[in-house]
Amino acid sequence: MKAVVNVYLKNGVLDPQGKATHHALESMNFDGVTDVRIGKQIILQLKSEDKEQGLKEVEEMCEVLLANTVIEDYDIEID
Amino acid sequence: MKVAVLRFPGTNCEFDTQYAFEKLGYTTVLVWHKEEILPKDTDLVVIPGGFSYGDYLRSGSIAQFSPVMKAVVNYANRGGKVLGICNGFQILTEIGLLPGALKRNNNLHFISKLQKIQIVNNNNFFLSKCHKNEILNIPIAHADGNYYIDDQGLKELEKNDQILLRYCDEAGGRVVVNGSVTSIAGICNKEKNVFGLMPHPERALELLLGSNDGIKMLQGFEQ
Repeated sequence: MKAVVNVYLKNGVLDPQGKATHHALESMNFDGVTDVRIGKQIILQLKSEDKEQGLKEVEEMCEVLLANTVIEDYDIEID
Repeated sequence: MKVAVLRFPGTNCEFDTQYAFEKLGYTTVLVWHKEEILPKDTDLVVIPGGFSYGDYLRSGSIAQFSPVMKAVVNYANRGGKVLGICNGFQILTEIGLLPGALKRNNNLHFISKLQKIQIVNNNNFFLSKCHKNEILNIPIAHADGNYYIDDQGLKELEKNDQILLRYCDEAGGRVVVNGSVTSIAGICNKEKNVFGLMPHPERALELLLGSNDGIKMLQGFEQ
């Protein structure tokens, strides 16, 4: 079973990489963008085949290591 | 005084740190991160700068799970003094011994230069040899030094005199160096036994190299 974790800076926490990329897009005349946020994606292969159990495990991994919840939010997709 | 200097894969300031404390007349011991106990009679633990685990995932995020860090947390919780410099500061926030987090610099650059730093509070061991509002010249060298804490946390820091250092100009005015909340360069915990800062006092020991202001910072731990 595969779990995909997206980690990104919380709303309200300034994302300098997103901001720089937004400026770059604007300078290329892509002016239809109102905001850019950059995060990271972590793809995990899980031993477990139980979705609920897998989700629980990955949530714990996010809290302990994969995200720093002082500044980051995360979401988990399992399939 | 015995200073334990920790060493992780990717640490690169351990010898400078050792040199600095030995120059001040202290005994130093390098401690590999796989150790589960700290040397007997350790008076100060220093987590030096560098790039532990290549800064993978987030700076300091993986080092917090090294065996030696369990011993450091126990040591700190018993009142032992811990100093984290640069990557050491990042590790201390990741493990939760210090509040807040260090983000990528707001200009996305690795910043390496001599920087003016103002002493905000000196009612703690670390800065006891410095005067309040004194301006020191200390090198900085980091990509992730942009200190973040929420408003509530900032109020707590201010209330408890936990803000130690701020980036400033020649006149002591706050300057934006890396985007840190209120230009914070260093903090301590509420109990004032765990200290973290982005500047490198161990690199400011000789006037010939630009500044010797680091000496009076590191001397603060002398009892």
